[in-house]
Amino acid sequence: MNAQTSFDKAQPLRERLPEKLVVIGNGMAGCRAVEEILARDPGRFAVTIFGAEPRVNYNRIMLSPVLAGEKTFDEIVINTAEWYAENGVELIAGDPVDHIDRERKTVVSRSGRVEPYDRLLIATGSDPFIIPVPGRDLPGVVTFRDLDDVDKMLAAAEQGGDAVVIGGGLLGLEAAHGLSLRGMKVTVIHLMPTLMERQLDEAAGWLLKQELERRGQTILTGADTAEIVAKDGHVGGVRLKDGRQIPADIVVMAVGIRPATMLAKTGGIECERGILVDDHMVTSDPDVLAVGECVQHRGQCYGLVAPLWEMCRALADHLTEQKLDGSGGYQGSVTATKLKVSGIDVFSAGDFSGGDDGEDIVMRDAARGVYKRLVLRNNRIIGAVLYGDTADGNWYFDLLKKEEDVSDIREGLIFGQAFALGAGALADPNAAVAALSDDAEICGCNGVTKGKVVQCILGGAASLDAVRSGCKASASCGSCTGLVESLLALTLGDEVQAGAKTMCKCTSFGHDDVRRLILEKELRAIPQVMQELHWTTPDGCASCRPALNYYLLCAWPGEYEDDQKSRFVNERLHANIQKDGTYSVVPRMWGGLTNPRELRAIADVVEKYDAPMVKVTGGQRLDIFGIRKEDLPAVWADLNAAGMVSGHAYGKSLRTVKTCVGSEWCRFGTQDSTGLGVTIERMTWGSWMPHKFKIAVSGCPRNCAEATIKDFGIVCVDSGYELHVGGNGGIKVRATDFLCKVATEEEALEHCAAFIQLYREQAHYLERTAPWIERVGLDHVKRAMFDDPEAVKRLAARFRYSQTFMQDDPWAKRAAGDRSDLHSHLATVVPAPTEYA
Amino acid sequence: MQAKWLDIGPVTQIEPGMAATLPVIGGDEIAVFHTMRGEFYALVNKCPHKQGPLSQGIVHGDSVTCPLHNWKISLRSGEALGDDEGCVPTIPVKVDAGRIYLLREAVVPAKAALQAEAA
Repeated sequence: MNAQTSFDKAQPLRERLPEKLVVIGNGMAGCRAVEEILARDPGRFAVTIFGAEPRVNYNRIMLSPVLAGEKTFDEIVINTAEWYAENGVELIAGDPVDHIDRERKTVVSRSGRVEPYDRLLIATGSDPFIIPVPGRDLPGVVTFRDLDDVDKMLAAAEQGGDAVVIGGGLLGLEAAHGLSLRGMKVTVIHLMPTLMERQLDEAAGWLLKQELERRGQTILTGADTAEIVAKDGHVGGVRLKDGRQIPADIVVMAVGIRPATMLAKTGGIECERGILVDDHMVTSDPDVLAVGECVQHRGQCYGLVAPLWEMCRALADHLTEQKLDGSGGYQGSVTATKLKVSGIDVFSAGDFSGGDDGEDIVMRDAARGVYKRLVLRNNRIIGAVLYGDTADGNWYFDLLKKEEDVSDIREGLIFGQAFALGAGALADPNAAVAALSDDAEICGCNGVTKGKVVQCILGGAASLDAVRSGCKASASCGSCTGLVESLLALTLGDEVQAGAKTMCKCTSFGHDDVRRLILEKELRAIPQVMQELHWTTPDGCASCRPALNYYLLCAWPGEYEDDQKSRFVNERLHANIQKDGTYSVVPRMWGGLTNPRELRAIADVVEKYDAPMVKVTGGQRLDIFGIRKEDLPAVWADLNAAGMVSGHAYGKSLRTVKTCVGSEWCRFGTQDSTGLGVTIERMTWGSWMPHKFKIAVSGCPRNCAEATIKDFGIVCVDSGYELHVGGNGGIKVRATDFLCKVATEEEALEHCAAFIQLYREQAHYLERTAPWIERVGLDHVKRAMFDDPEAVKRLAARFRYSQTFMQDDPWAKRAAGDRSDLHSHLATVVPAPTEYA
Repeated sequence: MQAKWLDIGPVTQIEPGMAATLPVIGGDEIAVFHTMRGEFYALVNKCPHKQGPLSQGIVHGDSVTCPLHNWKISLRSGEALGDDEGCVPTIPVKVDAGRIYLLREAVVPAKAALQAEAA
């Protein structure tokens, strides 16, 4: 340890001249450090501050309100010219330091001024990161870092027109907000799928996007900038990698910041991402210190203002050889973020990624647009994300920083300080509910009071479901589910019946409710479903994500964009994963028919890719085994070239239509079962279902195609077609139920389409037709199809409409290069020979 | 001298909620995960149960569900969650200036392991 840091030493003698302290950087960190030093020992140093900007020190984080017109520059000045004069601080503004000479202990400014130092403080802050795209140097491309940038934006806003902000982080959104208030038409381009992804989780990011869009901004997520396009020598627009072009009269580059280390590096001071400092903010040179966004402390760089105050205190303690607050230097900071966009409350702090032993407490209130999430570990808050209601942000942040044990207040924690710390009884949710008056509203969506819920329970509703159907409480958004459960427990004690099975542990709703609410509330995206239906996990689980993806796909054909990350691997790679991680590939053979061209193509693929096995499947086609994921697109291209498309042997979708040879060849055949099978397969292929779906057509009652153990089976007879539903092989064999008999092929097709659509719309995800029919009853199916004479027609029409979006071969797209990231490795690691030695 | 951290490219090459693979000559293939909330993790691409490719599983929160038999594996610790028991090695990851780095010594096969294989 440096002798000067021992604190019990007497103050050094004051006879000698004050030491010379030179500060590089007149920003928030540099000035604050000087203030802290002056507060401890005003005569200790003769201070000179170099600033790159030609002005006094101001509060940089308040530039957003200046841009938005909510503050003026004068209002955000921290230290006036008088302050510098009164404290004997020399300010050299507008003349940045270009060079540090550590041997001579001097700094040299751009104008050539040489200033000697005893101690040097580097507070150069950070530089905006400029993405290296063509056109980045065009006039009209600005960053958002200092007052000059704000002036440029204000000048542009005066002309009106279009603004593009690249970067949907904190800074970018504040710039967008300001420009939007100043009357520009603003588009935000964000590379990641979620806004502010470093501070917010998917749910909160989605809410933020909705709100900004409601305010008229265009938010493009997952958008990668290819080029900034010129028009008459000035910015004219931004072109994205997907080809879209957005007009722009000004482009604000706000993709991030990097510590400004150049000066330190060329001065020979050790840097990694930032300038390396110890707990007293001392760099690799004991006479050189650094503070603020330019430093790296214990591996961390900070881009927020709060850590800076703590750093400056530690630095001043060290430089003045005192230890005012008894701390041992800077210990690193836990940071919290607030978005400065008026009317939008967003708060984020700590680590909200959970972890093995991390537990989430999530509260969503769709009606108020509120999302709150706390992450706990060992009964301590380690992270918080709040959207819409940030009143308790500081309280949570305080508990987080103090690492306080919250076990005693855990029950009510998510409801905020007032509730959790309120009259002792309130911490017990049941007691809190018991204390409510009879006319207190329990369910806001349906206006149900406590009295009505209790009445409903006393009237025989002994489960959550029974209450939901009896008085509608908790039947809409579900946010009052906990209250209703408390009332059940209070009213019935042990006699409460377990409710219907929920979809998974992430929600209190069952499949039917979720499907109904998706339609009723017009929910169109997975994060929206999770928000509106009060999911208790931030982004669901491996059970509910694929289910929601299917439900949305089924509910909004042609509108909903399939979410690949919510797909099981087989449906994502359009092949069947095998135990060794390779895939099997099954091309479609319509109705089980094939020809020499197809067989040759398959044989060629088997040889070309060295497939170890080919097998005839139970669904009358060929399965090629042992294909690596990297080879899949090439295999598909070869099969496509022979006219074959995906057989969807991997999907919760239409699998095969098995046929017998029928009247064309068979001496017993009564109808053209093969031809009908092919027509049915052409109609139904490509459709996504709750589970796999198999069809068969037999040409006579001998039933060689085994139609009576299929999801939909047709048995041809002389007088027409007998239609059977709900059969399957598998663990529990179930023979079909007879649905009806029709006279013509057209009717058979129409009924097939209608039945499939009913199943698609009503079954639970991963429920095959057999258990579905066992659950709802054949009568239900018959009523749904036949009570209304138009029902079959309407169901079939919905199916055919949905099919217009589904029947494009997924293999062809992938073979053409779509989502090649799913089929390739990042790279291959080849260790250097020395590493083997 | 080899750098301590191995640069495996920009963060944008893996969409949040997805994973990508990194074969290692003479070592175990690595799966690099990008969670929905933007964190990166790396594991040996083998489920502790039956060696299923974890990179192909559904990513949720900070865990992944193996595509073969639905084991849920923690991306942080590599441990099987719930009632299952088992653990897969994790590889330290850091993200710096938009690029993903893996700790080289955890990626490259250890001398001992290599000799054992050769023996």
